[in-house]
Formats: sequence, C-alpha cells, structure tokens
Amino acid sequence: MTLPADKKKISIVCFSGDFDKMVAAFTIATGAAATNREVTLFFTFWGLNALKKKKGRIATGKSLMAKAFNFLMGGMNNLPLSRLNFLGASPKLMTMMMKKHNVATLPELVEAAHALGVRIVACEMAMHILEVDRSDMIEEVQDVAGVATFLNDSEDAHIIFI
Amino acid sequence: MMKHFLDITRETCPMTFVKVKLKLARMDTGEQLEVLLNPGEPLENVPRSCEEQGYKVLSNEPTDDNKHLLLIEK
Repeated sequence: MTLPADKKKISIVCFSGDFDKMVAAFTIATGAAATNREVTLFFTFWGLNALKKKKGRIATGKSLMAKAFNFLMGGMNNLPLSRLNFLGASPKLMTMMMKKHNVATLPELVEAAHALGVRIVACEMAMHILEVDRSDMIEEVQDVAGVATFLNDSEDAHIIFI
Repeated sequence: MMKHFLDITRETCPMTFVKVKLKLARMDTGEQLEVLLNPGEPLENVPRSCEEQGYKVLSNEPTDDNKHLLLIEK
C-alpha cells in the first residue's frame, strides 16, 4: 500500500452505510480525486454493505446470525436514508430527485470513483464479524486491512469519518 | 491535431470537473479539449483544477448565451 508522497491525501472512513452519507462520501472522494488528491475509502461496519457484489438482499455468511444480519441489511440497493427512510422508499425517491436536478446519482458517483482510481479498502474486522468474504465483495476492493494499516497509510492525510 | 469537445453545462458539482478530468485522462499529451461550461462553480473550479494538474488553459471566452468556452491542452 505505497502511495506517492508528494500528493495531498484524503482518507474517508465509510462507517454508517446510510444512502445519503454514502452519497456524501463518494461526492467528496470523486471531487478530491479529480483535483489530484490520493483518495482512500475505508469501508467498515454498516459501510461494508456498499461493497457487496450482490446489491440486493442475500443471506451472506455461514452462521445463522450473520446470514440474518446480511439479509436484513442487504447491499448497495438497500442502503437506507439516514432520516425519513419510509421503509426504503426514500432512497429511490431521492435518486429520482437527484436525476431531475442533474445531480450525479450514487451509482454514477461510484463508477466515477473507480474510474478516477479511488482506493477501496475493506475493514478486516467488520468482514469477520459479518462473515463477509473477499469473494462476496466487488472486484474494485484493492485491500482488506485493519486499523493499524489504515492509520499508517493515512498518517499525512486528512481523515473524514462518515 | 485532435480536438475533443465536452459539454458540462448540464452537470453539477463534482461531476463538472470529474468529467473533465476523466476526459483529459483518456487523451494524449498535446491534444486539446474544448469545454462548454456555466459561470459560477464550474468556471471557478474547472480551469483551476486543470492548471493545478499541469494542463494548459489556452483560452477562456464567454459565449453569446452566457456560457463559457474553455480550451485546454493536455
């Protein structure tokens, strides 16, 4: 995990896994990457759901508890709005409003982030707890790492927790 | 010389400068890119982010319909 030393760096911890907060994380990430910054997105806990290969509700994991959690949380298509979620209807309504106002939708921001070379890192501990394997996640995940590695990599970076 | 064109007048932040960056990344050194953009945020950010990354902004002219036409060389 070596990066050029001369570039400004930003590390964003994607913890919440809420739809709106994921939009914020990817907006900052793409904006920063497009303005020549090295960007790392570190996905942990609820945020891990955004990295699942299957975007819908799948009972990933081995134990009954993990399967239940993963099914209930779902993937990218099930991220809830942090307020006024209305049983999952609001993220879809919000996406419609974003399109209407020519604001990039979450899938468009994610695609741009990948194209701009934003580094995607998954939290090893959260993967263990939720029994999500690397093979369950999108191929753009570049590393599976712990907090020590994340802190080392982010030593001279701004760290944002979302 | 190859001249590319990009209209970002319907885009909003951050896709304004994201799309310019991605377009420039796919071009060869020495090629030129014409960008049609709106005044305000895009006009402030797109030329600045291009120059920060070492691209040359050759011209920046207002158009008749209150937009701006930027010419960038990679």
